[in-house]
Amino acid sequence: MNAAMKTPLYARPAWSGILGCTLILAALPILNIAFPEGHLLHVSSYTVALIGKFMCYALAALALDLVWGYTGILSLGHGLFFALGGYAHGMYLMRAIGHDGVYQSDLPDFMVFLDWKSYPWYWSMTDNYWYCLALVVLVPGALAFVFGFFAFRSRIKGVYFSIITQAMTFAFMLLFFRNNTGFGGNNGFTDFKRILGYSVTAPSTRAVLYLITLAFLFGALVLCRWIVQSKLGRVLQAVRDSESRLMFIGYNPLGFKLFVWTLSAVLCGIAGALYVPQVGIINPSEMSPGNSIEMVVWAAVGGRGTLIGPIVGAFTVNGLKSWFTGAFPDLWLFALGAIFILVTLAMPQGILGLSRRWLGKKGAA
Amino acid sequence: MSKVLQPGQSYDSAPGDATAGFARIKPEGVDTLHGAILYLEEITVSFDGFKALNNLNLDISVGELRCIIGPNGAGKTTMMDVITGKTRPSSGTAFFGQSMDLSKMTEYAIAQAGIGRKFQRPTVFEQHTVFENLELAMKMDKRVKPSLFFRLSSEQKGRIDETLKLIRLNGMEQTPAGLLSHGQKQWLEIGMLLMQEPQLILLDEPVAGMSDAETARTAELLNELRGRHSIVVVEHDMGFVTEIAQQGKVTVLHEGSVLAEGTMQQVQQDERVIEVYLGR
Repeated sequence: MNAAMKTPLYARPAWSGILGCTLILAALPILNIAFPEGHLLHVSSYTVALIGKFMCYALAALALDLVWGYTGILSLGHGLFFALGGYAHGMYLMRAIGHDGVYQSDLPDFMVFLDWKSYPWYWSMTDNYWYCLALVVLVPGALAFVFGFFAFRSRIKGVYFSIITQAMTFAFMLLFFRNNTGFGGNNGFTDFKRILGYSVTAPSTRAVLYLITLAFLFGALVLCRWIVQSKLGRVLQAVRDSESRLMFIGYNPLGFKLFVWTLSAVLCGIAGALYVPQVGIINPSEMSPGNSIEMVVWAAVGGRGTLIGPIVGAFTVNGLKSWFTGAFPDLWLFALGAIFILVTLAMPQGILGLSRRWLGKKGAA
Repeated sequence: MSKVLQPGQSYDSAPGDATAGFARIKPEGVDTLHGAILYLEEITVSFDGFKALNNLNLDISVGELRCIIGPNGAGKTTMMDVITGKTRPSSGTAFFGQSMDLSKMTEYAIAQAGIGRKFQRPTVFEQHTVFENLELAMKMDKRVKPSLFFRLSSEQKGRIDETLKLIRLNGMEQTPAGLLSHGQKQWLEIGMLLMQEPQLILLDEPVAGMSDAETARTAELLNELRGRHSIVVVEHDMGFVTEIAQQGKVTVLHEGSVLAEGTMQQVQQDERVIEVYLGR
């Protein structure tokens, strides 16, 4: 048998499942536009917006599990990278409002409010869409790289690392809450009008954003799968299981950890950038420690150490959250805590592990 | 002197030729032209005043199989820690070949330079299969990018298969290493060592917890490796040491320094050795 020489990314049944789900998800915005309200096949705009948001969360959870589930680095600060990607994209969206703000000024309303006369230096060129897209990748990537370099070089591991990431996102939240930081203080960015000249509220724009998000989620899944199936993926899992042993067979874990950590931050930043135009707001509460912890819950519920798991988990937990916050708004945090405890105690492999056991076979996902 | 061919040497520049020239180009990798592969000079390691190693002097020749014995706390494992970069000596020098100062190298740099170590407790990657364990250990470019784009060549596959046969785990390559028996894990770890193609192999109690049959098989395995690598074995099991040491040198450590050195027979007759260790 030559299994190690050429392994397909996924086995055939898993591929059909993934492609099937992708096609169904892709059909939703099209059904939303093609069929009028009240028609049997019509999908409400609310549903499309909700699923679009969930896909952003799923992408973030996928990115998180790449470092947590595969490499054993638990980040409690991935919300920061998500928010930074969102802010980077949001800067363009703010510039694109143009003179349509309340004060009809060249500057965004919050700057007029602060009595600023011109853009601060770090806002220069943000009217260029492609520059902002580059920032979406570069800002979370650079921050993660620098932070990771020093943390991993000092061999900070485990719970210490987690706490530092938590503290970092909290510090950034406080920074972004300040009005003088120049990112809209606690209101953040909102009231977007258009993106590349298209109205952000138009159903067709929303459909395109939705489909782009789906494409990124699918692409990220394939990319991550390719990475974890490569020898590098096996090195990452060896970092997770016995980092010191790995050093004694000649690997420097620093480069591997830095690579996966930075990649994860970039994917998370992209998720945030896709999230902002669909949800219509980004503010510092996205950086609150609670948000980052929630991401960890998504990955744990879906199945840590898998790639499909975090996606399933993000959809499940957020689906429940939408329902709960509608039906029993006060109880959601209790429910979230209960879910986390239940998953930790009863199904350590998450939903995916449970379904594998039920199917009685080793799934390909 | 052993005629083992080392990287950086070729048949026309055998050891011994070196004395003929006044100048020579610094060879790539380990410089073993003087016949020794490892020099430990006056190594001292102290932990909060306790000297785990005290002025230890030891050198290992190319192709030698050296057994190191000594009672618990004699500093055997600490010595391996110093050689592999896990512990930094408080004073003294540790050289690999003529030119590599081990006290200034990281663990992975030492491993890449050609020192492989088997730990006292078997440490394999339990979630990985036997095959993947060997593949991870295999000598190759172990940086990030080559790992991402790595494709196993048929020649490399062949080498893994060869090692699998040698450690008697063929047919089990797809088994997760965590499911192996204790003895099999020990062998897998020895197999991983071989995949690294080290010039110097350090074995810390390779037969601890093994059955008699497994111990005999391990001795056989080490005898096969004799001469192909320089090997340092730390072991408590006297029968095993007698078996593999043959006429080679045995070093007795006591309280962090060398107590006696010689063949097994000489060592066994040494009064001081009998006193501290053998004559219980």
